[in-house]
Amino acid sequence: MNASATTTKAIIELKDVQKYYGTYHALRGISTEIRQGEFFSLLGPSGCGKTTLLRTIAGFEDLSSGMLKIDGKDMDGVPANVRPTNMVFQSYAIFPHLTVAQNVGFGLRRERLSKDDMARQVGAALAMVGLDGYGDRAAHALSGGQRQRVALARALILKPQVLLLDEPLSALDKKMREQMQIELRRLQRQVGITFILVTHDQEEALIMSDRIAVMFEGQIAQLASPQQLYRRPVSRKVAEFIGVMNFLPAKVVGEVGGLAEVQISGLGRAAIPLEQCPAGVKAGEASVGFRPETVTILFDGDAARGHTVNGTVEEVQYFGDMTYYDVKLADVEKPVTISMRNLVGRKVLERGDKTVIAWEEGSLVLFC
Amino acid sequence: MKSGWLRGYAIGYLLFLYAPIFLLPLFAFNEGKIIAFPLTGFSLKWFQEMATIPELRNAFWNSLRIAVAASLIATTLGVFAARASTRYNFRGKGAAMGLIMLPLVLPDIILAISLLVVLLQLGIPLTMWTVILGHVLVCIPFTIAILNSAFLSLDRSLEEAAIDLGETRFSTFRLVTLPLVMPGVISSLLIAFTISLDEFITSFFLTGANPTLPVYIFSQFRYPAKVPVIMALGTLLVLSSILLLAIAEYFRRRGVRRQGGKDTGGFL
Amino acid sequence: MATQTLLDRLKRSEAAQGWLLISPTAIYALLLLAAPLITIFAFSFMTDGYLEVVNKLSFCNYVGSCGSFDGIGEARVYQPDKYVGAWSDPIFRKIMLRSLTVSIFVTLATVVLAYPIAYFVSFHVKPERKPLWLFLITIPFWTSYLIRVFLWKVILGYGGVINSGLLSLGIIDDPLTFFNYSTFSIVLTLAHAYAPFAILPIFVALEKIDRSLLEAARDLGEGYIVSFLRVTLPLSMVGVVSSVLIVFIPTVGDYVTPSLVGGGKIPMVANLIQSRMLDLDNKPAGAAMAVSAMAIVALVSIIFLLLNRRYLKGNAR
Repeated sequence: MNASATTTKAIIELKDVQKYYGTYHALRGISTEIRQGEFFSLLGPSGCGKTTLLRTIAGFEDLSSGMLKIDGKDMDGVPANVRPTNMVFQSYAIFPHLTVAQNVGFGLRRERLSKDDMARQVGAALAMVGLDGYGDRAAHALSGGQRQRVALARALILKPQVLLLDEPLSALDKKMREQMQIELRRLQRQVGITFILVTHDQEEALIMSDRIAVMFEGQIAQLASPQQLYRRPVSRKVAEFIGVMNFLPAKVVGEVGGLAEVQISGLGRAAIPLEQCPAGVKAGEASVGFRPETVTILFDGDAARGHTVNGTVEEVQYFGDMTYYDVKLADVEKPVTISMRNLVGRKVLERGDKTVIAWEEGSLVLFC
Repeated sequence: MKSGWLRGYAIGYLLFLYAPIFLLPLFAFNEGKIIAFPLTGFSLKWFQEMATIPELRNAFWNSLRIAVAASLIATTLGVFAARASTRYNFRGKGAAMGLIMLPLVLPDIILAISLLVVLLQLGIPLTMWTVILGHVLVCIPFTIAILNSAFLSLDRSLEEAAIDLGETRFSTFRLVTLPLVMPGVISSLLIAFTISLDEFITSFFLTGANPTLPVYIFSQFRYPAKVPVIMALGTLLVLSSILLLAIAEYFRRRGVRRQGGKDTGGFL
Repeated sequence: MATQTLLDRLKRSEAAQGWLLISPTAIYALLLLAAPLITIFAFSFMTDGYLEVVNKLSFCNYVGSCGSFDGIGEARVYQPDKYVGAWSDPIFRKIMLRSLTVSIFVTLATVVLAYPIAYFVSFHVKPERKPLWLFLITIPFWTSYLIRVFLWKVILGYGGVINSGLLSLGIIDDPLTFFNYSTFSIVLTLAHAYAPFAILPIFVALEKIDRSLLEAARDLGEGYIVSFLRVTLPLSMVGVVSSVLIVFIPTVGDYVTPSLVGGGKIPMVANLIQSRMLDLDNKPAGAAMAVSAMAIVALVSIIFLLLNRRYLKGNAR
């Protein structure tokens, strides 16, 4: 991730933002800062409040209480059409009765530009999103991907300080989505403004964002970079939401010199550094998590690093570049998922094969 | 298979529906005075006679003026109600809409007589305006039905997008909402116009010295001599209704095409 | 800092905006629809006077013997037992019964005959052609109702089109009479007039049926007729119910057809109400008849809806 493009200046400040719909508590005290120039994602399951928060920033919803500042100015009482934000809607909201050029130039109407100026700006905006020459097309005759680009051009032409995107890729098919993910990231770097993206797709958030705020039930569970989020999830819920994680039952025996002494079913004894224990260390029952790629299956001739245990392969899923193995460990009922790259010369195991697993403390996260 | 005799049934049914209407031009151009077989010959005299009757011409203009006024008022009131009903939620909305749509389930005669009685009690004289008032009552449920579907098919985020791009609520309505519901507005005007032209009961009870065309026609039914002229008039009325309908349908389809939507067919 | 009172303001704002927007239309309906109807309802409990309605309350317009006031102002005199209330009046009962019977026949005929054509357009017509069929079906509806009723009068008359045609073709020797100015002719005319009303709701309901349900039924081995009876018909009942009500309710109160096609000798309840209220200038009596007629229609409709409850419930959208 390109960290040098973002500054540490906060373009959006949220302090204890609450939002009620009648008795329904949609936002329960959101406090955070979004930095200028960053690609920021709001990630969470449906109903978690991420779209509500986005619409609050845009000005389509009012806060029940709390503070929202954009570029240092309090947005209380400031209507949506005046705010320095622009939004790309989930349905793209392209005006069907206008052409592409009229759509893109819609927001410039109030600036009373000369026809040439307008045409120039619209042309530049269309070129930026790769829709050169589409200006005269009827807007309703476009494909989903094209509409999305028109929506982007229409928003970016106004040079907002913040671009808000409400699940912009969810309506596209897989290929288009992957293409647009790269496109959006490139565009954001090119234009340099702050993007705030709402999505429920954790892969998407990981690929595109500088920082991600994971939301559950109206609150931010964790705000971190994709790497941080993936490697050091702050709770089991966040860990389960991002990527795949294996969980093993464990017992915390004690804490010695910055290390938690833990007995893990199936793996054995481990001394886990405190920084890998986001919820602190409490004696008693706990669970330990690790990602499939952080644990290794030892093939013949591989040197062992760290601890080793025996296991049996229960299920094999071959993906071409990777193979996912479900491995049954001793004393653990549910098999763990381990992924191995299919290197040249490395064989693919079969169901029933006995195997040796190598693991290290650095892969583990303790959830108390 | 089954489709064979069903299709035959459908065509037979349509013939039954249209049969009386086909009689109109048949006897309008018939020379004879009596509406019976056998036909006596081709003649245009009934149409000519029709053009010379001053009461008929007056009634026609009355109907036209009333229909224009009624369709404008009914559509305007319909826009208010349809917009309120589709965009806002407020307590009592159901009751208000229920009252407004009530004419759909009330026999026209009850509407007309109740209104008449009240007007008489209040000493308000019967004029073209009392007729217009009655027509608007009858037309509003239809205009709302059409406008409701026009407003509903309007994606709400289109209006939000306009605001996001800097427009006010008024300019949004002007630049985005109105153009997109315009086909619905035009349909509504045409439908209300057609209903008003043909509306008899409310006119019959609420009319003053200026009868509408249906009221005039009704008054002529008792004169056998006038019957062929009525046939000629009827032929023209049917033709113009079909024309108006075709225009309304054209606008409806055009609206659907402009929005890039799918045609689900007709004013349902 | 935004506070809770801002929220209150907003909530009031949406409701306020909604009410503001709907108010012109709502007020219009209130003044010109609700107020007159309430007035009529009130009148039905008052007493008939000479060119006026006197505020002397009584149930007599519904049941029992009614008096009325003669003369005006000072010379106003109450005369008891001038006429009987609606339900005590054999004429009203007979005509109400006739209106109901005619309506029921008309409804039965139109809905039963409409179903196959609605089914045809929904299932056997290509989607692009459907608007055309619907257009063709609804055209007669949009042409002048008055003219159409008049045409039936002309067709069914003693010397009318059918008789003269059959006579000149030599099929009959004397004109047929069973359809001149009879209840049959009223039923026929109304059935023709309301046919399009009956087709559309059924069509809409049939369109909403998920075609894959029928395919599933056939996949499970059901024949065409059985899958129709077990899948299509129940799912379309909502449309049938709407259809029934859309035809039944206005037909009961029809004025034009009985006056033209019935030759004035076969009045229905609308003609009776008009004559009582306006021609005879007895507003309370007419009002009571109108209220009674509406009540009966409402009752019949509600009973019908209740009987078909289970079809309506299953169709949550």
